[in-house]
Amino acid sequence: MKRFAALFSAIDSTTRTNEKVLAMADYFRDADPHDAAWAVHVLSGERPKRLVPARRLAAWAIEEAGIPEWLFEEGYHAVGDLAETISLVLPPARRESDMPLHHWIEDRLLALAGQSDDVQRQAVGEAWQELSGVERFLWNKLITGGFRVGVSRLLVIRALSKMSGIDDATLTHRLTGHWHPDAAAFSALVAADTADADVSRPYPFFLAYALEHELESLGNAGEWQVEWKWDGIRAQLLHRRGQRFLWSRGEESVADRFPELADAAALLPPGTALDGEILPWVDERPLPFAELQRRIGRTKLTPKILREVPVVLLAYDILELDARDLRADPLSERRRALESVLRFSGDVPLRISPIIPAADWGAVRSAHGRARDMLAEGLMLKRRDSAYGVGRRKGAWWKWKVAPHTVDAVMIYAQAGHGRRASLHTDYTFAVWQDGQLVPFAKAYSGLTDVEIRALDSWIRKNTTEKFGPVRSVKPEQVFELAFEGIQRSPRHKSGIAVRFPRILRWRTDKPAAEADSLETLHGLLEKFG
Amino acid sequence: MLLRPTDRGLFCEAGNFYVDPWQPVDRAVITHAHGDHARWGSRSYLGSREGERVMRTRLGEQAHIRCVDFGEVVTLDGVRVSLHPAGHILGSAQVRIEHQGEVCVVSGDYKTEPDDTCSAFEPVRCHTFVTESTFGLPIFRWDPQHEVMAEVRDWWAGNRDAGRSSILFAYALGKAQRVLSALRGADIGPIVTHGAVERLTRDYRDSGVAMPDTIYAGAEPRGRDWKGALIVAPPSAAGSPWLRRFGASSTAFASGWMRIRGARRRRSLDRGFVLSDHVDWPALLAAIDATGAECVWVTHGYREPVVRWLRDTGREARSVASQWEGEDDASELDATELSAEDAAAQP
Ligand SMILES: [Zn+2]
Ligand SMILES: [Zn+2]
Repeated sequence: MKRFAALFSAIDSTTRTNEKVLAMADYFRDADPHDAAWAVHVLSGERPKRLVPARRLAAWAIEEAGIPEWLFEEGYHAVGDLAETISLVLPPARRESDMPLHHWIEDRLLALAGQSDDVQRQAVGEAWQELSGVERFLWNKLITGGFRVGVSRLLVIRALSKMSGIDDATLTHRLTGHWHPDAAAFSALVAADTADADVSRPYPFFLAYALEHELESLGNAGEWQVEWKWDGIRAQLLHRRGQRFLWSRGEESVADRFPELADAAALLPPGTALDGEILPWVDERPLPFAELQRRIGRTKLTPKILREVPVVLLAYDILELDARDLRADPLSERRRALESVLRFSGDVPLRISPIIPAADWGAVRSAHGRARDMLAEGLMLKRRDSAYGVGRRKGAWWKWKVAPHTVDAVMIYAQAGHGRRASLHTDYTFAVWQDGQLVPFAKAYSGLTDVEIRALDSWIRKNTTEKFGPVRSVKPEQVFELAFEGIQRSPRHKSGIAVRFPRILRWRTDKPAAEADSLETLHGLLEKFG
Repeated sequence: MLLRPTDRGLFCEAGNFYVDPWQPVDRAVITHAHGDHARWGSRSYLGSREGERVMRTRLGEQAHIRCVDFGEVVTLDGVRVSLHPAGHILGSAQVRIEHQGEVCVVSGDYKTEPDDTCSAFEPVRCHTFVTESTFGLPIFRWDPQHEVMAEVRDWWAGNRDAGRSSILFAYALGKAQRVLSALRGADIGPIVTHGAVERLTRDYRDSGVAMPDTIYAGAEPRGRDWKGALIVAPPSAAGSPWLRRFGASSTAFASGWMRIRGARRRRSLDRGFVLSDHVDWPALLAAIDATGAECVWVTHGYREPVVRWLRDTGREARSVASQWEGEDDASELDATELSAEDAAAQP
């Protein structure tokens, strides 16, 4: 654990990407493979299932520290991170140990599963007495399941590549899907022999960048394949050696959620991998995304919900055929292969995402104007000669989204952020007018610059009207332009509506609160697009 | 009650003087030379002899300052006033005020862990104790200075091996000299100072505090190679063009606030060393206990939590506002920083 804590400190104490990668590569080179496996796991954002709720952990720490709960809360406000607050209020460690990382995770942390409250309390208390400083903080982070250290999966892969000499794409592929962190898995991960392929493993999804320039800058329209950008769940459907798999972009297996798609995979030739979008689909049209959410939200898939919200996979691409990796082939050839494979009729829920005929950029623009009517989020532009790459790479694929909805809203609550932004107020609640009252309708975190965040933070501190826990009520004076992607009815919200992906576009310092939008405006959008 | 909070600071009516007033007054008793305690412009000051040099640097050579030894009693309009070491920075004092059998002690800023740059804190018995609370939360607990300084030396050695300079931010008055003092005899160097630090370090030397040799950065030719050097600068120099001359470097800040990860990350520092000139939570409570005070006034920092804790544990306590706090007390206010380069010593 000390070695891992040193790695964490090294990563945490530099803002330079290169140094983070170097520190990780050094660690992977020296560490016991079993430890390295867990390090890969947690650093790339995977985490052990949360075994003890954070609040209970805090309650135990309060007991150990011999302080009242309110005093712990004061500490939490100053620190902004629960796991860190716990590690700081606890009395110093009594007998330090240096057990390996995998011991801490497997024998100490995972061992908490299914234990009674008392046993967990005892075990956690003992761990606290053996750990100090950063190690104790990391232990708390592992237990509470929120491990953000400023490295991404991408950087972990770069470090692994540096250490093993194996290229990023192979490593990414090996890390996709089910990957159990043990010594054998780590050795296989960095093994020189790359002719492996776990049957269940999907390919890393190739992602598009948002279009930045005029269409004309892309050259000749004829070199591009234009499709709708559907608003569903991006997924890969695999049929390999008699087994069927359905993976979402978060690399979660969703075969259980969509049994009709998993069943249909059997109709594909063995050794096939499709990339597409899961959409709720009735009468050859998508339903609003909210319907899909309703279905996902059900713990049990009743015949009723299956009937009300049937789904299809609208395939964009074929990545593997006859067990051959097609990703390096040009898109135009993959498209031909896709069309030859998906020749089903009738009830089979596998379709091809249609190509929008677009002889020139004018036609593309007019299609973009129709996207909302199609319940699409916009257009996808893919070079006909493009390979299916790894991750996000500029140039070959672009997404051109329809402009988001926008509304001017008043900030009414603020809350301190976490991690890097702890003790700065970075989480805001916004409201719109209704009958002279402000009704909260959205929370947003992102969109302001660091300078704006600091300015707003000091305004918040000076204009707080009330504090409840970490949340402050502020004078309703600041207006922000918010953007969001979708809007739907929601009886759970006071405003009766819920918006998707709200974010701050601009701080409207020019606008008085009285001129912010009203709930009526939002209801108008709901009528049109909800 | 001997003292009364006013909008100029704590006022002793019977003795007709203020303690650490933040606006000009006739008679000011000063705990120490930090900008939030020693304000410029009063008619006369009373302070400790130990702190005379640094007080003059802060208040001006013309200021009318009467200096007394620790423990020496001065009578002001019949009120007995004496100063006692606070262990915070050179010359820092607690003010003991006695009148008609009632004793009140104003702590100023203080720490109970001794260091070589100032007289060690002495507990003083009193009826009313006015305490600071800069780090008055249980999340604040300090490791001993020698452990922290070992970390500083390791950090410097790592940077030297990597061909980098080490830039350590520390408050120009007090913290910088404490760090320098603790580096005496260490296999480290050269030690380079920013102008603001250099000037006050000279004051420390003149006051008889042992300091290692330092090089004033401003006196060195441009383009000098600083690899392996330790540069001590005030926090206000962070991110300024002044740092460019040092080439590839690692930055660190020595402060109690570095106990909080977010505080370090927000400043984009490579390292944070938890080294404070204020008491931590256990030391704060112990110091309050040691005074035997029936009543505790809490000022300057986390006032409300400390007051509530004291009341919950059966003591009389009240919160006393000072001008130098509010929500943004995350920086130990230090006037030298405001004019760091102006104050640069002439070589
Ligand atoms: Zn001070
Ligand atoms: Zn102070």
